[in-house]
Amino acid sequence: MAVCIAVIAKENYPLYIRSAPTENELKFHHMVHTSLDVVDEKISAMGKALLDQRELYLGLLYPTEDYKVYGYVTNSKVKFVMVVDSSNTALRDNEIRSMFRKLHNSYTDVMCNPFYNPGDRIQSRAFDNMVTSMMIQVC
Amino acid sequence: MEGLTLSDAEQKYYSDLFSYCDIESTKKVVVNGRVLELFRAAQLPNDVVLQIMELCGATRLGYFGRSQFYIALKLVAVAQSGFPLRVESINTVKDLPLPRFVASKNEQESRHAASYSSDSENQGSYSGVIPPPPGRGQVKKGSVSHDTVQPRTSADAQEPASPVVSPQQSPPTSPHTWRKHSRHPSGGNSERPLAGPGPFWSPFGEAQSGSSAGDAVWSGHSPPPPQENWVSFADTPPTSTLLTMHPASVQDQTTVRTVASATTAIEIRRQSSSYDDPWKITDEQRQYYVNQFKTIQPDLNGFIPGSAAKEFFTKSKLPILELSHIWELSDFDKDGALTLDEFCAAFHLVVARKNGYDLPEKLPESLMPKLIDLEDSADVGDQPGEVGYSGSPAEAPPSKSPSMPSLNQTWPELNQSSEDTAIVHPVPIRMTPSKIHMQEMELKRTGSDHTNPTSPLLVKPSDLSEENKINSSVKFASGNTVDGYSSSDSFTSDPEQIGSNVTRQRSHSGTSPDNTAPPPPPPRPQPSHSRSSSLDMNRTFTVTTGQQQAGVVAHPPAVPPRPQPSQAPGPAVHRPVDADGLITHTSTSPQQIPEQPNFADFSQFEVFAASNVNEEQDDEAEKHPEVLPAEKASDPANSLRVAKADSKTEEKTAAGAPTNVSKGTAPLAPPPKPVRRRLKSEDELRPEVDEHTQKTGVLAAVLASQPSIPRSVGKDKKAIQASIRRNKETNTVLARLNSELQQQLKDVLEERISLEVQLEQLRPFSHL
Repeated sequence: MAVCIAVIAKENYPLYIRSAPTENELKFHHMVHTSLDVVDEKISAMGKALLDQRELYLGLLYPTEDYKVYGYVTNSKVKFVMVVDSSNTALRDNEIRSMFRKLHNSYTDVMCNPFYNPGDRIQSRAFDNMVTSMMIQVC
Repeated sequence: MEGLTLSDAEQKYYSDLFSYCDIESTKKVVVNGRVLELFRAAQLPNDVVLQIMELCGATRLGYFGRSQFYIALKLVAVAQSGFPLRVESINTVKDLPLPRFVASKNEQESRHAASYSSDSENQGSYSGVIPPPPGRGQVKKGSVSHDTVQPRTSADAQEPASPVVSPQQSPPTSPHTWRKHSRHPSGGNSERPLAGPGPFWSPFGEAQSGSSAGDAVWSGHSPPPPQENWVSFADTPPTSTLLTMHPASVQDQTTVRTVASATTAIEIRRQSSSYDDPWKITDEQRQYYVNQFKTIQPDLNGFIPGSAAKEFFTKSKLPILELSHIWELSDFDKDGALTLDEFCAAFHLVVARKNGYDLPEKLPESLMPKLIDLEDSADVGDQPGEVGYSGSPAEAPPSKSPSMPSLNQTWPELNQSSEDTAIVHPVPIRMTPSKIHMQEMELKRTGSDHTNPTSPLLVKPSDLSEENKINSSVKFASGNTVDGYSSSDSFTSDPEQIGSNVTRQRSHSGTSPDNTAPPPPPPRPQPSHSRSSSLDMNRTFTVTTGQQQAGVVAHPPAVPPRPQPSQAPGPAVHRPVDADGLITHTSTSPQQIPEQPNFADFSQFEVFAASNVNEEQDDEAEKHPEVLPAEKASDPANSLRVAKADSKTEEKTAAGAPTNVSKGTAPLAPPPKPVRRRLKSEDELRPEVDEHTQKTGVLAAVLASQPSIPRSVGKDKKAIQASIRRNKETNTVLARLNSELQQQLKDVLEERISLEVQLEQLRPFSHL
């Protein structure tokens, strides 16, 4: 489903970014980068509410003619950005949510690894496999 | 340590050996692993090696200092010369040949020969014992390469250089060849201490070929006495002997080594392990891992936290990325901590990786931690393992997933148990010992005053209370969110209740329930009939109202009528007479007796109900413990409501509380009436609660009727038997009621579980 999945750290630098190899990846990187502004905007808008009540799933950040960009932010301001092909109309919001949930779980597992220093690039093979499975789903 | 006099040759030889073994360049202490390998290469029997180690004092000190090392080498020479090992022999035996350390195998030798084709002299000298004449650098290298343990030519710098170079040695391809090849790659890895004598050759060979310095060192002794001092290239299969030695020597090493680095130990262990399955852990390895685990975490059932494990495995000098991958593989339940199984798996993977095995993508089956049996613990310990094993992350947040499976897993367990009790013993577990009291008192009081309704009613309350107790206990076990107080209540009394149930059941087997007038129809679990059932009870109660003692009726419907404090000793006296096994409840009854004065806490109920109608359940829970000890019979209803409240809206719990409270607030009114009133009010709101309310209403009615029975001690036997029969009838009725209630309870709990799951899914992540 996803053509590009990115994990952005709190300081807005990428911890992990992976694109489907079919497209020029630079374009996706740029889309993810621009979407960060939208994510920050959404976070600040919700910021008035209590942190607990803030929804982690941000939803559709912005659609382009070809792609849709979805966002998800954790409580520690780690952002997951997912670029999805617009031609996949069957992709429902719930599925996106479940994909983000899987991402979040895998990210948690990476964090649990004592050998992982927070802020490092994510090089976990398990995380890679999970992301690959999500991206291959589409194709 | 006795003074050790060494000849010059010995001095130099020993210092080279020391430098060779001193891979960590400490200049003070040699790595035990290297030393042990060296001694193994000496082709001495294991006990001799041990003896040498003891003599030189290494065992005492725990490490090989320079002096210990020299003494040990001297002793090796002594042993090799056939002299008995004595401390004195170090200095007494003169003209001792230098200790000999044999090459591990011909393969390695041939490899060396092939690899150092440039060193033709080496090849030549491989076959020959006599080293080539000194003065020739290459020859020296060659000779030295064949020499005993390849005494280090010079600096330790060669040591790091040499291990890196082992191009000629093919990487292990199969487990069997692995064992042999292990030394080669290990020779090629500076991080890996040489596994056996073989590796000695490779590094030295390479060191020789690569070294230019230090030749002068050898010039001094290149003309050694040929026959004695230099290695006899064993064309005999030293490998086999060495290999066989290894398993034995491994044991030695464990005894000797106290400061050994983990890696060296790993190497040694590795060699002794069988590689039929590359990932199988042998017993020796397992034991070693367990010992290492103990050094970090003495409790074998405990966890090693991630930070401690990180430090430990970082010592293995594997790259962090690989260690991270090993962690991912071995931390099965993803909890950031390692159990013993996980730790052994991780350690084994580290060992394998250091030996050159590539890390698998998935954890091999032989390394998977064994999942704890469900029956053993419903704790997080095994649940996460199962959750993790299922592979894909659950929808629920990871932290919640353990709780959910535990709910599901314990739930069927308890279901089964409750069903069993329902099937085998229609009499459910009693939760309120006071009911037993009632029955006891009832039996004691049996006499003319016993009416049919009362006897079954007598039995019913106990059954109902027990069934409610089962329900509550089931709920408590399955619902982690259930209030703690109720769980403690139910659990403490459960074993006793079950026993009493059994006995009671047995006692009921032979009775005919229809001796007396037919008891009122058992309460049907129909919301619409709540009133009717309670009406029946009401009728019953009205019959016996006159007989009811004032203070006794004042129970919430679910609570069996408590004997008044004045009557409290009664049950105790009558206890022995109870033929129904109610005696088993005596242990709980004393607890109940002192709590009966809390009976007066009903007033608290009123206040409580008034104030808590719309409050959160927590308040109710807090107040409940106060009242519950005094209101055991109300526990089933309360617990039912409490448990349901966890999953359902507060309204229900609030309704439940007022229900119970209301039941208690009408001490002298017929119990069913307040129940019915409450039932009416709640009917529209919570049909399910009503069902339970009916049951409890019925129960209350039944129980309330009990105190009405006049207690007269010393009734005729016939009266007692009649009361017994009536009790049994009531028991059967209550048993039916119990089964129905239990079914409802299961349904309700399943709903609750599903609701909780939905709730968790919908609730935004409040934690990572």
